[in-house]
Amino acid sequence: MSARNWVVAFLALLALGPLVLPEFHITLLNYIGLYALVALGLVLLTGVGGLTSFGQAAFVGIGAYTSAYLTTTEGLPDFVAWVGVSPWLTLPAAILLTVAVAAVLGLLTLRLSGHYLPLGTIAWGMSLYFLFGNVSFLGGHTGVSGIPAISLFGVELKDGRYFYYLIWLMVLAALWATQNLLDSREGRAIRALKGGAVMAEAMGVDTARSKLVIFLIAAAFAAVSGWLYAHLQRFVNPTPFGLHIGIEYLFMAVIGGAGHVWGALLGAGLITILKQWLQDLLPRIFGASGNFEIIVFGLLMIFVLHRARDGLWPVIRRLAPLRGARRKVESAGPLGRRTKPAAGSVVLEVKDAVKKFGGLTANNHMSLSVRAGEILALIGPNGAGKSTLFNLITGVDPPTAGEVHFLGGRVDGLASREIARRGMSRTFQHVRLLATMSVLENVAIGAHLRGGGGVMAAALRLERAEEGRLLAEAARQIERVGLAEHVFDAAGSLALGQQRTVEIARALAADPSLLLLDEPAAGLRYLEKQALAELLGRLRDEGMGILLVEHDMDFVMGLADRVVVMEFGEKIAEGLPEEVQGNPDVIEAYLGGVD
Amino acid sequence: MDLQIALLLSQDGIVNGAIYALLALALVLVFAVTRVIFIPQGEFVAFGALTLAGFQAGKVPGTLWLLIGLGAAIAIVEVVIAMRSGALRRLTSALGWNLGYPAVAAAVVFLGEPVSWPLFVQVVLALAMVVPLGPMVYRLAYQPLLSASVLVLLIVSVAVHLTLVGLGLLFFGAEGSRTPAFSEASFEIGGVVVTGQTLWVVGASAVLIVVLYLFFERSLWGKALRATAINRTGARLMGISSTQAGKLSFVLAAAIGALSGILIAPITTVYYDTGFLIGLKGFVAAIVGGLASYPIAAAGAILVGLLESFSSFWASAFKEVIVFTLIIPVLVWRSLTTRHVEEEE
Amino acid sequence: MEQPVILEVEDLSVGYGKVEALHHVSLKVRAGEIVTVIGPNGAGKTTLLSAIMGLLPIGAGTVGFLGSTPREIEVERMVAMGMTLVPEKRELFGEMSVEDNLQLGAFMRRRLGHRDEAATMGEVYSIFPRLKERRDQLAGTLSGGERQMLAVGRALMAKPKLLMLDEPSLGLAPLIVREIFHVLARLRKSGVAILLVEQNARAALQLADCGYVLETGEIALAGPSSELRDNPRVVESYLGFGGKH
Repeated sequence: MSARNWVVAFLALLALGPLVLPEFHITLLNYIGLYALVALGLVLLTGVGGLTSFGQAAFVGIGAYTSAYLTTTEGLPDFVAWVGVSPWLTLPAAILLTVAVAAVLGLLTLRLSGHYLPLGTIAWGMSLYFLFGNVSFLGGHTGVSGIPAISLFGVELKDGRYFYYLIWLMVLAALWATQNLLDSREGRAIRALKGGAVMAEAMGVDTARSKLVIFLIAAAFAAVSGWLYAHLQRFVNPTPFGLHIGIEYLFMAVIGGAGHVWGALLGAGLITILKQWLQDLLPRIFGASGNFEIIVFGLLMIFVLHRARDGLWPVIRRLAPLRGARRKVESAGPLGRRTKPAAGSVVLEVKDAVKKFGGLTANNHMSLSVRAGEILALIGPNGAGKSTLFNLITGVDPPTAGEVHFLGGRVDGLASREIARRGMSRTFQHVRLLATMSVLENVAIGAHLRGGGGVMAAALRLERAEEGRLLAEAARQIERVGLAEHVFDAAGSLALGQQRTVEIARALAADPSLLLLDEPAAGLRYLEKQALAELLGRLRDEGMGILLVEHDMDFVMGLADRVVVMEFGEKIAEGLPEEVQGNPDVIEAYLGGVD
Repeated sequence: MDLQIALLLSQDGIVNGAIYALLALALVLVFAVTRVIFIPQGEFVAFGALTLAGFQAGKVPGTLWLLIGLGAAIAIVEVVIAMRSGALRRLTSALGWNLGYPAVAAAVVFLGEPVSWPLFVQVVLALAMVVPLGPMVYRLAYQPLLSASVLVLLIVSVAVHLTLVGLGLLFFGAEGSRTPAFSEASFEIGGVVVTGQTLWVVGASAVLIVVLYLFFERSLWGKALRATAINRTGARLMGISSTQAGKLSFVLAAAIGALSGILIAPITTVYYDTGFLIGLKGFVAAIVGGLASYPIAAAGAILVGLLESFSSFWASAFKEVIVFTLIIPVLVWRSLTTRHVEEEE
Repeated sequence: MEQPVILEVEDLSVGYGKVEALHHVSLKVRAGEIVTVIGPNGAGKTTLLSAIMGLLPIGAGTVGFLGSTPREIEVERMVAMGMTLVPEKRELFGEMSVEDNLQLGAFMRRRLGHRDEAATMGEVYSIFPRLKERRDQLAGTLSGGERQMLAVGRALMAKPKLLMLDEPSLGLAPLIVREIFHVLARLRKSGVAILLVEQNARAALQLADCGYVLETGEIALAGPSSELRDNPRVVESYLGFGGKH
């Protein structure tokens, strides 16, 4: 079956559900829908973006309490009272307030790496929970009751059977929007967060912004879930918004398959049903004395993670393989190109750059310049500080002292995405591709700054024209470097040499004025090297400035216009290839014997 | 508030802070060595206290069954692995430890009469029952996931926590226990009564911290653990196995947890699920220390303890909120001092 | 008389995911012999050493060490048998003192019951007196050359039968490279087998007894160093500037 057929079958079953299922199962499905919404946010946040949150239940709580408070409290001041008239007005209010709280928390904590964030979320998850229970206007631990039902086209959704459709409509809309978002320019930036942040920044992605975006989306999904919950139950108290429930949401996402949108649905379904089933079954076997379901539940979770670390969705996908995905890049009009500097003008100038790491001086008073339409080769033994110089020029690591000028402006100290924006693009010595993404998508990240489609537009598929142009541009660059037949292959499945070539295509997709290549020929075979040399020659003739770090002498000497030689972080020679080759210092550095 | 109350609150805060400090040290240790965020730490606190309480009440503590059960489970796993790989050599020692040790423990509990033994022996026996659970849990839950991501390890930690809480309820029941104080002595200092138990807690914590310091600075295994924490690949190249280091760190964490439980059992009533909140406060302290620095984590723990006791006086309903929001400014400070782009593992 | 074979790699293939990084590599190192593997960056030299050491799972082929061929190669077991690796990144314990780093080098020997750590440390200090001067300093504060000395010294603490080094000359001044290569020459006399991966092909071929040229994951050439030094292909690719020198 094709993916489309699977989805259609699923939707049909979903629509038929309330017509045939007993009350109890409808209730269960309603809860699965509510949980799936939250878990979906976690898939985006944790599975895709790599940011772990235990605090989603608290966001659900803010959503639920906002609507509960606004619709039940008498005598609110006029400027808010009108919101409480209908749950349809409190929905945006719930989302807005939750997102606002999330924005504050996100700005405070998202900049932290890996494991601080989950611990931080435990902290605010606990705090918000205790607040719900201790603030008197929210009813303390007794909660808020008498919340009105939602009306839709004049029908009060008091019956779970009707509410079911509202819940699942919301879930499906969220699924659709998330899927769309991930398959877009913004989505590629989000998918680069986990394991590719340095690369993404070098391609102009504002990773801090991308993190905040998914954090806010996850919070908004949680808020919608909370709003639905409040009006389904028509009563709220703090219990379902505590840390333990926050942990459970994370369970759902991880067990379902945190990297996959459908994993959220699977996880929410499995865990809800499993818990229900354990609560039913175990007391019958062991008697009601102990809390057996939690023991069995915990053990099952451990077992599943031992067997399937990436969750169950990938396992299911393997069992039911899909036929033919889209295998063609549609042709589309060109993207705008930047005005290039005049041939022969200085593009890059490094003046007296110094970089120290603790006691090590990696770069010592390095100076060099690159002109438009010129290939400058930077050579030197491994460990001479060439890659350090690259990182310093491209803003990955700011210099300790000295200046870097690019196209007339000073760029040292700028973030690498700012430097990328000005027209500098690079490759990395240690290939930084996103292994599971296709070559096409990897290269399209290079063109990130040439598009402007936002998150909302992407979620609603309003930026498809631009997206088509971006992908077409990426495909063009892939063809240019000679990898046309690998466009749809996962980048990680290519040979190392080819992966380096993909890096070049990605850099070219940015339409740069200056290209920095860190050992592009390493791992290439003879013919591939010749093809690469030809490509670089062509780019030079088109007026591109190229700074090339390379080890392969043959490659460099046949290609470069000028050569700078480094040793121990310093420049020891500079000149035409023939001059450098005859320089005794260079011979000593490169060929120095041991005797 | 007068000075006397302030001193009293400080005393409470320091006692709790000393316990949080121990737990924070264990958490930092386990995380640095294994990348596991050890959420079940709190269960070891509860198990330590409740096992001792069990002995004192003349009951057979449930931890014995846990010890036997986990030992048997490991034995089964080891046999299956050994049969698959054909390497039966190492099996004897694995079986000896995992079946033999629990058997000896059972013999001591059933043949002896722990209720009549002196407190000190009961404490040692309780530790002997609870501490081996640490490496056993590591063997079963974490060792097969040596190369898994921090997220997966974290989720497993939560699952282990849930399982142990469930087992705690099963073994110890829903009622809490409180054990008699180690010392009935009390002193009056500046108008404030300082109990012997307070001195015990603070003194034992201090001694334990010094012992741990010496272990990490002087002993080969202590250095090996630090080496693994600093550079895992480098440590493996020295022949320090990541699993061995992991197990050892779990031994230490379990010992610290159980001992903490035993120390606080005379001060507060311990329930089967008390550990979680205590463990979380250890976390707050560990975060203050950045999950890396032991002395700062210890200082953070004292701060958490003091904050807790003072806020319980001023705004007791918001005690937990205040303690847990302490993390936020610390995180902000950290975010301002960390570099802007970092590669996630 | 031929010395016994210490390391025998046969038909070794290693892959990352679907990509094969090494294809059917075979090589042999005897006691008291220095064997070098040279080749361009990205050819798979580091992968080769990591696979032999057990840091990477091997796809196919065998690694024989001291006459036995373990089915599963575990780092700890290889260390216990007398294999050590000085990795390209050094992998020192930066926040520990020089002396603690050295002591940990003898970790496995201590566990196996040997009690000659102090004597070995004395030997290491006599080989690298600079380390003795810096014994209480944290490894992270050492200069590049001192770090490499410490990495080699730490490996020697294990009294290895096979010493593998990944680009020991990386980023070091010629004087220090010379010093380290002299140490290797001395170790060879004492019967240690040495497998040396180097980008500095000239220096490596001067020191080594025989060599292998690794290109895109395959052994392209092999033979005694003296032959490789004269081989026109090696001269062109690794020993001179495009053969013009």
